Amino acid sequence: MRSISFYFQVHQPYRIKKYRFFNMGNDHHYFDEYLNKTIIQRVAEKNYLPMNQLLLELIQKHGKDFKVSFSITGMAIEQFEQYAPEVLDSFKRLADTGNVEFLAETYAHSLVSLNDAGEFKRQVKMHQKKIKEVFGVKTVTFRNTELVYSDDIGAAVADMGFKTMLTEGAKHILGWKSPNYLYKHPYKKTLKLLLKNFSLSDDIAFRFSSQDWGEWPLTTDKYLHWLKQIKPEEEVVNLYMDYETFGEHQWAESGIFDFMRVLPGKIIEDGEFTFNTPSELSKKLKPVSDLHVPNPISWADEERDLSAWLGNEMQDEAFEKLNSMIPQMQKCKDKQLNADWLKLQTSDHFYYMCTKWFADGDVHEYFNPYASPFEAFINYMNVLSDFKIRLDAYSQKSKKKVKSIKK
Amino acid sequence: MKVLMFGWEFPPHITGGLGTASYGLTKGLVKHDVDIIFVVPKAYGDEDQRAVRIVNGSDVPVNYKNKEIQEFWNKLTYLEIGSNIMPYIDPEDFEKLHEDHGKTVKEKEHIILGEKYSFSGKYGKNLMEEVARYALVGASIAQQYDFDIIHAHDWLTYSAGIAAQQISGKPLVVHMHATEYDRSGEGRVNSEVFNLEQAGMRQADLVIPVSDLTRNTVINKYGIDASKVVTVHNAIEPVEQEDLNIKKSVKEKVVTFLGRLTFQKGPEYFVEAAKKILEKDDNVRFVMAGNGDMMNQLIRRVAELKIADKFHFTGFLKGEDVDKMFLLSDVFVMPSVSEPFGLVPLEAMRSNVPVVISKQSGVAEVLNHAFKVDFWDIDSMADAIYGLLHYKSLSNTFIREGKKEVENLKWEHAAQKIKELYAQTLNQ
Repeated sequence: MRSISFYFQVHQPYRIKKYRFFNMGNDHHYFDEYLNKTIIQRVAEKNYLPMNQLLLELIQKHGKDFKVSFSITGMAIEQFEQYAPEVLDSFKRLADTGNVEFLAETYAHSLVSLNDAGEFKRQVKMHQKKIKEVFGVKTVTFRNTELVYSDDIGAAVADMGFKTMLTEGAKHILGWKSPNYLYKHPYKKTLKLLLKNFSLSDDIAFRFSSQDWGEWPLTTDKYLHWLKQIKPEEEVVNLYMDYETFGEHQWAESGIFDFMRVLPGKIIEDGEFTFNTPSELSKKLKPVSDLHVPNPISWADEERDLSAWLGNEMQDEAFEKLNSMIPQMQKCKDKQLNADWLKLQTSDHFYYMCTKWFADGDVHEYFNPYASPFEAFINYMNVLSDFKIRLDAYSQKSKKKVKSIKK
Repeated sequence: MKVLMFGWEFPPHITGGLGTASYGLTKGLVKHDVDIIFVVPKAYGDEDQRAVRIVNGSDVPVNYKNKEIQEFWNKLTYLEIGSNIMPYIDPEDFEKLHEDHGKTVKEKEHIILGEKYSFSGKYGKNLMEEVARYALVGASIAQQYDFDIIHAHDWLTYSAGIAAQQISGKPLVVHMHATEYDRSGEGRVNSEVFNLEQAGMRQADLVIPVSDLTRNTVINKYGIDASKVVTVHNAIEPVEQEDLNIKKSVKEKVVTFLGRLTFQKGPEYFVEAAKKILEKDDNVRFVMAGNGDMMNQLIRRVAELKIADKFHFTGFLKGEDVDKMFLLSDVFVMPSVSEPFGLVPLEAMRSNVPVVISKQSGVAEVLNHAFKVDFWDIDSMADAIYGLLHYKSLSNTFIREGKKEVENLKWEHAAQKIKELYAQTLNQ
């Protein structure tokens, strides 16, 4: 029997408030609490709560036949704790069913896997700890921020003890191969790779309510038909998407909830596919070959690369400035600095600086607090400047302390 | 296609954007095989006539005995009462006024001196009189020349355009480069000028504003029927960048304002933003290049804020001095309160200077790599300037991509659109 694997990303960044250059040195409160709270509560109402409820009901109805997986970022968990604890409770109820796998990632949903192995490991450990604390589960499967993956990143993840990793079934990596198999890392043989079937995933996540789409409206019968049309020897269909698909990107009025309420039942009844979690698939299937990914890929845009976050000069300058502070941060014990440091690492800040689509906007605009990528850049750089001032002051102070102790 | 075009200034004898835009537009149209007769009140002889035939309004004899001209004069009804000229009004109103004031048309004729009139070509005390005489010039030209359509640039030429329209029966296109409403602000408009603008637009078969911002003003403040108002954005001529050997003499960064020191251009916001920046970073100098009625008030404010040692007033710059100014600048700012288009930021970008412009400008509609702020938002303005001065990647991006954008804003594209509009208008 073949498998279907649903995976949902749950993430909200700490968005930065309007921070002017003349605030540097005086104002150390960077984040727009009002905005972030409003967004969390709104998404809770439109997406997290209703969809969690729907999944819970499906699990109650179908029992062991229905399973899904989540990755919830540290940033999201913290904000749920502060602004919408009922959301965390509903995720806990899902955890308690035993039908849901929770994945590990970087605590801050950051891009640090690209440049610092030590900081990468630290953030992953931090995330694992948080998941254990909140949900009582140990994470064995990894997915990196926005499914960013490369051979090097895979190797680092394997070294941390993970057995399975999720990434994008990018065409330029697969070539003629299909994403519907289990693959493995070329030299870290313990790491199995599951690839997103972007065509079928995006049908739900992006195209579902688009009346311009040739296949609109998407019915469960049609979708099941497409699943069944996949070549019989292909073993798994990985449907990976942003959780906000359900109620935010695709509004309730589009029928997305009704679709998801019925689809699992139809698939189970049909009998050709079972629902499995990534760690189950890692055990159930045999890897069909190695997968070579020399340059990082992701699940973003048409390019499926890093250009959404690190494609232009401004993003590079900001990223470099951020990373230049890693050595100092490794020695930093200040709680507030560490908390702010994590929040500033979130990939979204770089996303907002993207200049790829001046005409479009679309998905990238979603919850983007900035009117232009340039404003996003200036705002972030101003904040980083103030952070650097604080960090330097701390480093100076602790040097003095060390000196005086040595005396 | 032959076009009879009325302008007021033509390079190199210009005081603002009108002449530059007229020139660029005519060159663009000529590339699309449009023949143009360009009339100016005063030609100096050194204008570029390679592409376009320039007709000197001062050289055009007006035969006041000519019946048609007389009839037109009657219809036109420019009455000079004392030193005030009344703008275009209905024939009925004219009759009424004419009776009221007991003046006859014959008496009016006495005021006109001679067959040819030497226009000053400037914006002097008897501007309204010149505008009226230009109308007669327009009427005469319409009798003599052969053309398919008339195109008049800004209120100064509208009467001439109307004259040509009435004499020849050909359609009239009026171009709105700037409105009195923008120049003076709500409640402070010069009603003579406002009424001339309105009359010209009402008489015209087609109105071309240089931006959507201006289009909205035309529709909402002047009450012109939206279906005949079509925006065509201005463009900019590419220039050969000469190697002006300019070395910056000061170690500080330079932030520049270039424009008239008057209400419309928002110079006071530039001063306030400068203060905010100098409080955090004194390694900057601010330059105000221009002249105008607000000069003294600005100088006083700068002194009051105690930033006079970092502030420089250069007076009006033109020609090569403008290019030199750009070469010395690190950031260019245009905080205009209401700018129908705004060619100067394009000139800055062409000279590799990143720009900060007000959202209340037409040029903001066509640019991506320009930092756009509300003119009153001094915090954002200062933040943008500071960012451009301190974050290299931002200014590099703006300089590089801005140059590309400006190179694509070709007059040929605007001219293409206008040619199509001409064709549509002729077909109606």
